[in-house]
Amino acid sequence: MNRFIYILPVFFVSLLAAVFWQGLKHDPSKIPTPMIDKPVPKFRAPTLYGKGEISNAVLKGQVTVFNVFASWCIPCRAEHPILMTIAKSGKARVIGLNYKNKPAEAKSWLKQLGNPYEKIATDAKGRIAIDWGVYGVPETFIIDKLGRIRYKHVGPIMPFQYEKTIKPLLDRLAR
Amino acid sequence: MKQKIICLVLGLFTLMASATIQPTFAVTPDEVLSNPALEARARALSKNLRCLVCQNQSIDDSDADLARDLRILVRERLANGDTDQQVLNFLTARYGDFVLLKPPVKPATWALWFGPLLVLGIAILGIVIRLRRKARVDAPALSPEEQAALKRLMDKGPS
Amino acid sequence: MIVEIGHYALILAFGLALVQASAPLIGAQKNNAVLMDMGRMAAMAQFLFVALAFAALTHAFVVSDFSVAIVVANSHSAKPWLYKLTGVWGNHEGSMVLWVFILSLFGACVGTFGTNLPPTLRARVLAVQGMIGVGFLLFILTTSNPFLRLDPVPADGRGLNPILQDPGLAFHPPFLYLGYVGFSVAFSFAIAALIEGRVDAAWARWVRPWTLAAWCALTLGVALGSWWAYYELGWGGFWFWDPVENASVMPWLAGTALLHSAIVVEKRNALKSWTILLAVLTFVLSLLGTFIVRSGVLTSVHSFANDPERGLFILVLLMIAAGGGFGLYALRAHKLKSEGLFAPISREGGLVLNNLLLGAACATVFIGTLYPLLLDVLDGGKVSVGPPFFNLTFAPLMAPLVAVMGVGPMLAWKRGDLASALSRLWIAAVIAAVGGIAILFIHGGPVYAVIGIALSLWLIAGAITELATRIRLFKISVTASARRLRNLPLSAIGMTIAHGAVGIMILGITASSAWKIERILVMNKGDQVTVAGYTIKMGGVNNVPGPNYLAQRATLTVTRSERPVTTMFPEKRRFKNPVQTTTEAAIYTTGFADLYIALGDQQVPKAGSTAKAGWVVRVYYNPLVPWIWIGAIFMMLGGLVSLADRRHRVGAPTRAAS
Repeated sequence: MNRFIYILPVFFVSLLAAVFWQGLKHDPSKIPTPMIDKPVPKFRAPTLYGKGEISNAVLKGQVTVFNVFASWCIPCRAEHPILMTIAKSGKARVIGLNYKNKPAEAKSWLKQLGNPYEKIATDAKGRIAIDWGVYGVPETFIIDKLGRIRYKHVGPIMPFQYEKTIKPLLDRLAR
Repeated sequence: MKQKIICLVLGLFTLMASATIQPTFAVTPDEVLSNPALEARARALSKNLRCLVCQNQSIDDSDADLARDLRILVRERLANGDTDQQVLNFLTARYGDFVLLKPPVKPATWALWFGPLLVLGIAILGIVIRLRRKARVDAPALSPEEQAALKRLMDKGPS
Repeated sequence: MIVEIGHYALILAFGLALVQASAPLIGAQKNNAVLMDMGRMAAMAQFLFVALAFAALTHAFVVSDFSVAIVVANSHSAKPWLYKLTGVWGNHEGSMVLWVFILSLFGACVGTFGTNLPPTLRARVLAVQGMIGVGFLLFILTTSNPFLRLDPVPADGRGLNPILQDPGLAFHPPFLYLGYVGFSVAFSFAIAALIEGRVDAAWARWVRPWTLAAWCALTLGVALGSWWAYYELGWGGFWFWDPVENASVMPWLAGTALLHSAIVVEKRNALKSWTILLAVLTFVLSLLGTFIVRSGVLTSVHSFANDPERGLFILVLLMIAAGGGFGLYALRAHKLKSEGLFAPISREGGLVLNNLLLGAACATVFIGTLYPLLLDVLDGGKVSVGPPFFNLTFAPLMAPLVAVMGVGPMLAWKRGDLASALSRLWIAAVIAAVGGIAILFIHGGPVYAVIGIALSLWLIAGAITELATRIRLFKISVTASARRLRNLPLSAIGMTIAHGAVGIMILGITASSAWKIERILVMNKGDQVTVAGYTIKMGGVNNVPGPNYLAQRATLTVTRSERPVTTMFPEKRRFKNPVQTTTEAAIYTTGFADLYIALGDQQVPKAGSTAKAGWVVRVYYNPLVPWIWIGAIFMMLGGLVSLADRRHRVGAPTRAAS
């Protein structure tokens, strides 16, 4: 009994080693979303172009890539080509949420880089983004035909992430 | 090379999304509710809510835009009649348990909440048992004369 | 040239550390005096070379040698010279050099001043120190070389984070490291004892001064960090349960337990395996702290740049030290037979309870800090563990500890009389009760404040009572008592000071948490506000240039009952290299409370808004907050007084010939 107690610390240390070794591979700042497999949050917002409104009802019927962006966001610029690729490929339509952006600035940014978005909702105060559990820009949600959130990507979408995770998911959801 | 670009871009994203080490300013006068009871609840709730773009601060302490948005959100919901728990539920439905600085007590966190106390309890129990057993084993029985002599010495007390 | 000398010095130090790690170990095994003495010489030489490297690095910073990469990353020519100097350790690489500098310093000290140690013990202690040095010097040379050059040489550096350009924070790392690294000596002593297979009173007496010194330094280091956070971060908080703060408090808790446990080994020949375990644990926790800060596994405001490669290396070092230490413990601890028996109610029993509570507190901080990582790794989701958790779980463990601290020193060794001890403490109990009831009447609560005040008064009065009992105050003549006081061993006086200081600190923590007053408002020239009897009037905000910043400084006159008290100048500083803004709060302290004013942003309301234009001003009144750090300093002083006890230097018992 006594000898057993003396072994406890080493045993504990080896468990800790395993935890830390795994932990080094994780990113502590990435927050998982509790909204996977849940229907999209309700919202209604003015569109960036034109005088109309857009609501969550539009996020049904087709596979959608819902992307939160802003012209002042530098990593958004980095992921922009991927969004253009998705839009052109027809695998999904791309809907944008323009987060805390002056409409004129957003429009000129899109004019300069190209517009992958079929429609764009504006979120001047950032409330809609909070309803989506967004905490930074850019963030992207993959939504299925039934209007449920299936995947959330935090940060800019890099080519290898598109190839490895997002493209296969879009293909699967399209079937 | 590709790795480097990714790291740079991710780093920029973090920079975008996080506050650099800023002085913490917390609530500004224009956020303060006029109802002091509601404001007190708002402050207490804010102290329990994590600023998601900062490194370990509550939204009450943080300078970040998102923290300010969340502070205003908390106050709006309280003004609308939400209970404290409803406000917290509203935010955890969107951001998960991560947004709470006091982790909820659920099976996944039992080890966190009860672990140390349990270990302390077991340790105390173990030591008491061991001391009792040692006293019983090591102390040989005394004869009645020895017991009387011992009692006399003990009663004299420490000098 | 000097930079290269520094680099080569580190490499030579590494070689010497290898010698120090091996020769004396073999020498102790074979009882070879020459090999054992090599340990001493290697330790001295290693220290000299590390000192040389440290000097070379310091030189590079002080003269702003921008051909050195870390000088570019962390310094700037316009920085004040003091911060050029302290910038040496304001970055990862430089702080590691400071780490090994202190490590080799302690090694050299054991070599020089450890003459009353038996040669085999000293040789083994030095060997373990050498092993630690090997690990860390290798880490520096392979992953964190501070002497890397930049080509081409940039015109100027990128500057040091303005928050670090501050006297409090400049000296916080050296003291912290003196503590962390100082505990390596206790660790080495423990490993040496495990190798030898015995622990006795002599061992405990040898280990005590080193442990005390480290503990004093760590106490000061943590207190400096907390004080800095209070005046620098702008809203009067002093502890945030941030992972890196927790990483410094865990070795402190374990180190305190170790100090007390060693007393029992020394006086009563008991608790041997406990003490060895604590000695290993304390240093392992120091290493854990190093790992947490530099690996990026946990988010923290304090972290240095995160680099998984470095993290992995430190993890390996941590696991070797922990695995080796605890593994040796698992194999050899059964040989450490404790002889002293004691009843549960006794001074030893009190110290065991003390250790258990400190251990539980340490475990709470440990689990709280690492749980998010654990859960994430197990795919159990992501949770946050913040101040609300720690305040709820840590404080209830401290309360019984403080209660026991009052009574423990009054109990006799081996078998104590609790009733008698408590009856001798009746004055303390009365003072505590009166204090608690007074708070209840004056403030009506909160509950934790009533308990906190009562317990701290109990502790302070209890510590004084214990001292009074020892000198038989009021039982014999005053001169006789004074003579007793003079002849008391310094460790007894040190204990009274340190325990009383804990009470003072808890008074400060309780009062400033429970009765802090906060006012946030927009002020224009001429506006005034009254807080805690002080009337504060805004005189305006001016632009004031500094050495490497431009400040906006507010002038606030403070009066009390119409009489002038002081003028306060809170500032907002805008730096250029790097671009950052800091708040410099203005603090007026009476010693019993702080008036704390921070300047916020200027409010320029949009057209058509009813909001008031002006400056956001935050005024805080923090009662008893200075006592937190006064308490901490007196804790350290108590430790230093204990350290000065002659018995640690002269007449340390030599071991009976084995």
